[in-house]
Amino acid sequence: MATIKLSANKIDELKAVCKSFNNEKGELINVLHKAQGIFGYLPAEVQEVIAKELSISVAHVYGVVSFYSFFTMLPKGEHPVSICLGTACYVRGAEKVIDEFKRLLKINVGETTPDGKFSLACLRCVGACGLAPVVLVGEKVFGRVAPEGVKDIIGEYTK
Amino acid sequence: METIKLTIDNKVIEVAKGTSILKAAKEAEIHIPTLCYLNLHDLNIENKPAGCRVCVVEVEGRKNLAPACVTECLESMVINTHNIRVLNARKTVLELILSDHPTDCLICAKNGNCELQSMAQEFGIRKLHYEGEQSTYREDTSPAIIRDVDKCIMCRRCELMCNDVQTVGVLSAVNRGFMSVVAPAFERNLDHSECTYCGQCVAVCPTGALTEVDHTNAVVRALADPTKTVVVQTAPAVRAALGEEFGLEPGTLVTGKLAAALRRLGFNYVFDTDFAADLTIMEEGTELLDRLTRHLNGDKNVPLPILTSCCPGWVNFFEHQFPEMMDIPSTARSPQQMFGAIAKTYFAEKIGIERENMVVVSIMPCLAKKFECQREEFSTHGNPDVDFSISTRELAHLIKQSNINFNTLADEDFDNPLGESTGAAVIFGTTGGVIEAAVRTAYEVQTGKKLQKVDFEELRGMEYIREATIDFDGLPIKIGIAHGLGNARKLLQDIKDGKSEFHAIEIMACPGGCIGGGGQPLHLGDSSIIKARQKAIYREDAGKTIRKSHENPYIVKLYEEFLGKPLSEKSHHLLHTHYFDKSNETFIE
Repeated sequence: MATIKLSANKIDELKAVCKSFNNEKGELINVLHKAQGIFGYLPAEVQEVIAKELSISVAHVYGVVSFYSFFTMLPKGEHPVSICLGTACYVRGAEKVIDEFKRLLKINVGETTPDGKFSLACLRCVGACGLAPVVLVGEKVFGRVAPEGVKDIIGEYTK
Repeated sequence: METIKLTIDNKVIEVAKGTSILKAAKEAEIHIPTLCYLNLHDLNIENKPAGCRVCVVEVEGRKNLAPACVTECLESMVINTHNIRVLNARKTVLELILSDHPTDCLICAKNGNCELQSMAQEFGIRKLHYEGEQSTYREDTSPAIIRDVDKCIMCRRCELMCNDVQTVGVLSAVNRGFMSVVAPAFERNLDHSECTYCGQCVAVCPTGALTEVDHTNAVVRALADPTKTVVVQTAPAVRAALGEEFGLEPGTLVTGKLAAALRRLGFNYVFDTDFAADLTIMEEGTELLDRLTRHLNGDKNVPLPILTSCCPGWVNFFEHQFPEMMDIPSTARSPQQMFGAIAKTYFAEKIGIERENMVVVSIMPCLAKKFECQREEFSTHGNPDVDFSISTRELAHLIKQSNINFNTLADEDFDNPLGESTGAAVIFGTTGGVIEAAVRTAYEVQTGKKLQKVDFEELRGMEYIREATIDFDGLPIKIGIAHGLGNARKLLQDIKDGKSEFHAIEIMACPGGCIGGGGQPLHLGDSSIIKARQKAIYREDAGKTIRKSHENPYIVKLYEEFLGKPLSEKSHHLLHTHYFDKSNETFIE
């Protein structure tokens, strides 16, 4: 588990988010959504602050975070790599593309490289099925990616 | 009241609108099996996540089977609770639950006391048709409670107790699907959570997923060691519940049999925590009067109300959740720890042995006591004042293992000097008892007058939060009582907000007090059992010749020979404690 210390102004920002939802228990998912937007992920400390502000137990917050695959407790890399696993991409060999990313980056899906450069995630259909299989690095879309092309994509970001 | 008519198993019945099918069937004396469902009527606690689907019934005209626990009865409904479709569905559901459950029943701590096992037996399950992967999870052993999540069936009863009743908030369902488990935040172990070890989760767990740490073998080893003098103390609530483990009616008092059984087990001295409860009253009662007098004399540094401190679950609760209020509870140790401290000093001296050669065992209705006796501040040079704390259930096992026919034992008395106690001590076992005992003594000490009547009915009962004003000869003393930590939290919040007008508050972590403790025979949701135990406690009190702690002759002698007077230096050293701010203890490993 990450053991970073949150800076005071980030905590204030987080508290302001909670306040913008009136510290309402029922708004937990919305708060978590915004918090992940601020921090990129949801470390234990963030969840503890949210629990306190919303007057709910940390266990409950963690229960929600661990339930939804959208929420993550691991920091994303500088260049988050997402591979589409929608039907079209899948049948056109997305899995082999994932395997190649895993092999070259030496991480599993959901993990981040030790140098913090890359993280690997899967997503379901980006609506560009004509370009299947699709890979996203940050906001940039790569279409018709073959396993052989993975090396070049990574290379673009390690120059 | 609006009522509706419906038919269950060809029986036409009339129930109040809004009644669940399960409840309606019960009213018609039709049994529908349940597994995740839990209802503690008098405590107004109901668990019905409709998760297990064992209670499904067929409602005519409805496509799917309906879970009886959450489906409301409607006008003219026709319900079948045991036709072939229902029975097959139930059996399938149960087999599916069993397909992801270890089959080590023979060596499970809950063997013979497991609702899942009983149901498999009731349903006549002889073969498991579903093979496949089983979910596994690491075992988590804390000082008091073991979590073996492999045996969890996700009934969520423990969550109800931990979050809604106790408001401790340690347990939650985490992850999803096959990987989901009930766990503390970030899946830490219990000893890295805010767990109070109240054991209410253990008390309602239908399987072996939550059990107590078993110390019976350690006790047996101590008993077999010829170099050790083994001293036992037994808490007030144990005598009102132990009989249930031997088939006796709830509320049967087994004080004499208990003493006899402990002697048969080989304890060298069979003493009573009640003695230490009397001692607690001397110290806590004196502290109450001291704080009250100083406060009334205008000393603003003396905070009121004073809160009782004999419940270790409650102590853990405020150390974690209300650390800013640690100066409010009494500094008096719990009876268990007072007993240990006196046994290993005063009594060890009396019989001429070193404390290292004495083993103190306590029989407690409680799991938090296991944690309490392991606290560092309750040991001298690494030797704990109380070596092992075992629950009422563990004692029952020990008695059964030792071939003792409990029900035919002739009554025996406790040994002296640490076995003599008053009626004031025995009522420590129920909610309202500690404060009543304190009032009996504090009144006489404060006013110098004899009480005409020692029964304070206004302090008794089973309501969550109670209050009463006791007239101390012209001085009205306002008393609050709460049981269940969720209710304790309400009173604490009032104090924090400056709204509390009480002079003294009694708090017990478990609903009902110690009689409903996490270490007691399982009541499985039948709160009439807790009420029967409460009646038994008051019966025991009424039958005692001495009913006020300060009149216990051995307590008087203990002060004369050893302690001096309440709150003396020696008392402070042996009988009082201090508290720790644990609010940050759970933060990031």
